[in-house]
Amino acid sequence: MKKLFGPLAIVAAALFAIAPFLIANAPYESTMLLIQKIFYFHVPSWVGMYCGLVVAAAGSLWYLFKGSKAADRYAASAAELIVVFGLNGLISGPLWARKAWGVWWQWDVKLTSALLLWLMFVAYLLVRKYGGPGSEKLAAAVAIFGAAVSPFVYVSVNIWRTMHPKTSVVPDIIKNPQGMAAPLLVSMAAFVVLFVLLLNLRVALAERQDALDELYLAHED
Amino acid sequence: MMRRLSIALVSMLLAAAPLLAQAPAGQSEFVPVNGLPESEKLPAAPLLVVAYAVFLVLMVFYVWTVWRRLNKVEADMRALEQRTAKGGR
Amino acid sequence: MFLRTSLLVLRKDFAIEVKTLEIVMTTLFFAVACVLVFSFAFVKEGQAPPDAAPAILWIAVAFSGTLALGRTFERERYAETLRALLLAPAPRPALYVGKLLGIVVLLALDELILVPLIAFLFGAPMFVRPLLLAAFLACGTTAFAAVGTLFAAMLMRSRTRDVLLPILLYPVTVPVIICGVRGTAALLSTPPDEPTAKMWLAILFAMDVVFVTLALWTFEPLMSE
Repeated sequence: MKKLFGPLAIVAAALFAIAPFLIANAPYESTMLLIQKIFYFHVPSWVGMYCGLVVAAAGSLWYLFKGSKAADRYAASAAELIVVFGLNGLISGPLWARKAWGVWWQWDVKLTSALLLWLMFVAYLLVRKYGGPGSEKLAAAVAIFGAAVSPFVYVSVNIWRTMHPKTSVVPDIIKNPQGMAAPLLVSMAAFVVLFVLLLNLRVALAERQDALDELYLAHED
Repeated sequence: MMRRLSIALVSMLLAAAPLLAQAPAGQSEFVPVNGLPESEKLPAAPLLVVAYAVFLVLMVFYVWTVWRRLNKVEADMRALEQRTAKGGR
Repeated sequence: MFLRTSLLVLRKDFAIEVKTLEIVMTTLFFAVACVLVFSFAFVKEGQAPPDAAPAILWIAVAFSGTLALGRTFERERYAETLRALLLAPAPRPALYVGKLLGIVVLLALDELILVPLIAFLFGAPMFVRPLLLAAFLACGTTAFAAVGTLFAAMLMRSRTRDVLLPILLYPVTVPVIICGVRGTAALLSTPPDEPTAKMWLAILFAMDVVFVTLALWTFEPLMSE
C-alpha cells in the first residue's frame, strides 16, 4: 500500500487542480445561481463519507469475527475520515442552505441522517480514546450498529420530514446534464482518490503505533 | 451523583434535537430567491468562498494532525531503541 | 437450553431486585421527575404544545432506560458476577437475552406508571387504542433495550462507562424515538390515525428484528477477551 502513496498523491493533486476550472465554467443553476456551486464539493464529501462507512463497517466486522488487527486499523482510520469528510459536508450544507433556503438548517432528510451518522462515528472516536482497555471491540460494535441503523435513520427521518414542506435543491443531473456532469464527476473522483490517499496515510500511522506498542510490551519482559 | 447529573445533562442536550422539529417562523416553504424581500437577499459569493476554504482548512488540519502523531510515534520509537541499546540484554 | 438459561438469568435478577426494589423505584421516580421537568418547561398558560405528550413519554422512557441499564450492569460489575456468568457452560447469547428481558420488564413497569401519569397531566387520550399503544411501547422499548443492553455490557469494564453509554446509545436509537413519537402522536390525534400508526409500528418492528439479531450475533465476540 505504501508504494501507491506517491502516485495517488499525484492523481489527487491533478484532479483537484482541474476541478476548480470545471466548476467555474459550469453553467449556473436556474434558481440558485452562484451558491449552487457549493454542490460540487458538498456531494463528493458525502461520497467520501460513505466510502469511509463501508470501510469502517467491513473492517469492524472483520476485526470482531476474524480478529484481524489490520482490519481494526483500517476501521479506525476510516472512522476518522468519516468525521472529517462528514464535517466538511455538514459545514458546506448549511452555508448553501442559508442562501438557498434562507435558514441554516431545516431538518432536510439527507443532512439529518448524515448528522446522525457523523455523531455515531464521533462516538466511535470517543470510545476509542476514552473507553479504556478493550475499547477497540466496543468501537467496532458501534461502527457495525451505526452502519446497520443508517437505512432506518434515512427512512424514518424521510417520512418524518414529509410532514413538513419539502425542499428539493439538487438539480437532476442524471436526466439533464447541461454541462454539470463533468465537474461533478471530476470532483467525485478527486474526493475518492483523496479518501484512499488519506486512508493509507492514517493506516500507516496506526501501523507504526501498533509496532511501538509491541516494542513497549517486548521491552517490559 | 455528579455522574448521574452529567449523564442527564448530556442526554437532554442530545435529545433536544427532535424537539426542535418546528420550522422557524420566518419561512414555511421554499421560496425562490426572486420571491424574497430585498432585505433578506444575501450575497452568495462569501458563503461559497467560505465553503471551499473550510474544505481546504479541514484537509490541511487533518493531514497536520496525522503528521504530528507520526512524528511523535517515530520519536518514541527512537527513544525506546536507544534505551534497549544502552540497557542491553 | 437457550431459553432455560435466559429465564434463569431473568429469575436471578428478579430475585435480587425484589428484595430491595432499588432499581425499580429509583428509575421510576427519575422518569416521573423527567416528566415534571418537561411539563414545567413546555406548558405555557396552562396548555402544553400539541404532540408534547408522546414526545415526553418517549424521552422519559429513553432517559430512565439509560439509567436502568447503567444501574443493572453496575450491580453486576460490583459483585463481579459477570465473570462467573461468562464462565458458566451456557450459550453466551442466552445471557444477553436474559439481561434484555430483565431491562424490558423493568421499563415496562415504569411505562405502566408513566402512561397514566402523562394522560393525566396533559389530558392526552392515551387509552383510545390501548392495544396499539401497548404494541408501540413493547417494540420501542425492546429496540432501545436491545442496543442498550449490548452497549452497557460492553462498557462495563470501561472507566467512563456512565458518560459513554448515552453518547453511544442516543444516536443509534434516534430512529426508535422518531417512530415511537410519531406513531404515538398518530394514535393520539382525533380521530386516531391508524394507518400511519401501523406504518410506524412496522418500521419499529423491523428495527427490533435487526437490532436483536445483530446483538445476538456480536455478543459472543464482544464479551470474549
